[in-house]
Amino acid sequence: MDKEKTRILVVDDEEIVRDSLAGWLREDGYSVETAADGSSAVDRIKAESWAVLLVDLKMPGIDGLQVLEEARKLQPKASVIIMTAYATVDTAVQAIKMGAYDYLVKPFEPEELSLMMDKLITQQDLMRENILLKKALKQQYGFRDLLSKSPKMQAIFELAKVAGQSHSTILILGESGTGKEVLARAIHAESPRSTGPFVAVSCAALTETLLESELFGHEKGAFTGAILRKKGKFELAHGGTLFLDEIGDISQKLQLDLLRALEERRFYRVGGTDPIHVDARIIAATNRELKKAVEEATFRQDLYYRLNVISINLPPLRERKEDIPFLVDHFVDQLRAEMAKRVEGVSAEAMELLMAYHWPGNVRELRNVLERGAVVAKGPIIQCDDLGLPPSEGEAEPDSSDSLKEMERRHILRVLNEYHWNITRSAQILGIDRVTLYNKIKKYGLRPDDETSPSEE
Amino acid sequence: MADFMSYIYLMWIGNEKVEEGVLQEVKDNVGGIFGVPARIKKVEERPSDAFDPTRGQYSSTKILRWVLRDVPKDAKRVMAITDCDLYIPVLTFVFGEAQLGGKGAIVSTARLRLDLNGFPCPSRLCRARLLKECVHELGHTFGLSHCPSFRCVMSRSNSVLDVDAKSGNLCRDCQSLLIELQKKE
Repeated sequence: MDKEKTRILVVDDEEIVRDSLAGWLREDGYSVETAADGSSAVDRIKAESWAVLLVDLKMPGIDGLQVLEEARKLQPKASVIIMTAYATVDTAVQAIKMGAYDYLVKPFEPEELSLMMDKLITQQDLMRENILLKKALKQQYGFRDLLSKSPKMQAIFELAKVAGQSHSTILILGESGTGKEVLARAIHAESPRSTGPFVAVSCAALTETLLESELFGHEKGAFTGAILRKKGKFELAHGGTLFLDEIGDISQKLQLDLLRALEERRFYRVGGTDPIHVDARIIAATNRELKKAVEEATFRQDLYYRLNVISINLPPLRERKEDIPFLVDHFVDQLRAEMAKRVEGVSAEAMELLMAYHWPGNVRELRNVLERGAVVAKGPIIQCDDLGLPPSEGEAEPDSSDSLKEMERRHILRVLNEYHWNITRSAQILGIDRVTLYNKIKKYGLRPDDETSPSEE
Repeated sequence: MADFMSYIYLMWIGNEKVEEGVLQEVKDNVGGIFGVPARIKKVEERPSDAFDPTRGQYSSTKILRWVLRDVPKDAKRVMAITDCDLYIPVLTFVFGEAQLGGKGAIVSTARLRLDLNGFPCPSRLCRARLLKECVHELGHTFGLSHCPSFRCVMSRSNSVLDVDAKSGNLCRDCQSLLIELQKKE
């Protein structure tokens, strides 16, 4: 690595030590800065990125071990070398246990320092190489904007790639936040229709009449307020893909209209008499159990079979936890690019918390939690407290569907109460859209005065 | 503005008398390598607070500060040479110290006179080592850092073996860089 880019911070309360050591290292071509005490060292660790920290053990105020502790939290990638004139086995062991790269007893041989620096730089080069390899791996494990190492998801990517080449209708099933629309967009991008439009409609967000007009368009004067002819999403998606999200939420009448449009590949605008032919690939998605809805007769069986030509079931994040570190890296990279703030990663404790959490809002929730963490983090490393996750949620995982529901109910209620029932904000934190949140509030019968204790069902 | 002639000043600040002809040899060598005429400055005074009785060595940083207190107006660089064993606080010893891209440098003959077992070496070898280390430290004052080529005089020397292994000249890369750096001065 270019030595000029290797930034070293020398921390010692003695000016002559700082100056002479900094000078010695600069002669080797390193970029060296100094700090006169522990507290200014911590400030500089918070503010800037360092490759190596050479820290004196005994300093008034914040000592070398405390600087080491802070550095491990704020910049785990930086190598910390503790220097001391008072060598004891105990402090050396303690420093190494706390994550110091090495321990030097002053004065040391010039050769010892040279060799250690060479070794350390080689190790950091390997770490950088590892990051590059990880990036290459990410490309290997990705399908457009979706990332996963899990065999289940890899199989989905394969299926999606093949399905993308056909014109068949695809039904994507999965909980909120699992990436149904992202997958739909990826399929569109991989398909021969990729040059055509990708049109997305959230069926749950609109009333029956509005949705009908939204999907099929309307003629001028078809209803009060229809002052102009309007093309529907079906027409707009001609030559491309129409993504019908929350398909499980549409009314019986619209189910029938949709079935006709799909079967005949033509439809009428609201108030229109001329049939309109479109060539659009349909991808439908829902977080509901459509099969159950068919059994309960709330969803048309014929429409279900029409949509369910190729079915893709996206697993929830809790069923592919091995992807969490991978996704965290990916989102941290994204956030760093999006935000005018240096974000380098999450602390080991924060990662443990992320791994233990059961993610009712799935990948979207993970992205939102990390975004929140990146915003409130004081340094470049996101800490546990920055994530805003309830610690108790991370302790135990529900092991039956009932307890999972209960967990979800409690979690949603806690978030709602925390944000004073601000639906938009709460939905953002939960990583679900507002409509889904309203549905969940209705499903669990939540009210603003509810306590967070378990319901007695 | 008139371009005044400036010099590399060499000064002996050792405890013993300097060996006959050594300073002249250094003067001719550095003058040729850096393309700057060198002068020998006689100094009677010696730094008083650089000695550390517990280590039995002299702080190179303190001596360098002392040297830089009184720099001739026409000095481009000042190179002090001593027979005192030098140290910086974190290291057991140093052959010399220089201000990277600065004005002053110091080199000690104390360790250059001995082999790895502490026995004296022939005078010719010691002088060759001194010439190399003087060029090395002056190279730092012109802004050169350590060179990865072990034959280059700017490669780092942690022992006399390293000093003996390198040549007394700058490698082609360091030579080109020196020309660039001198143009900027």
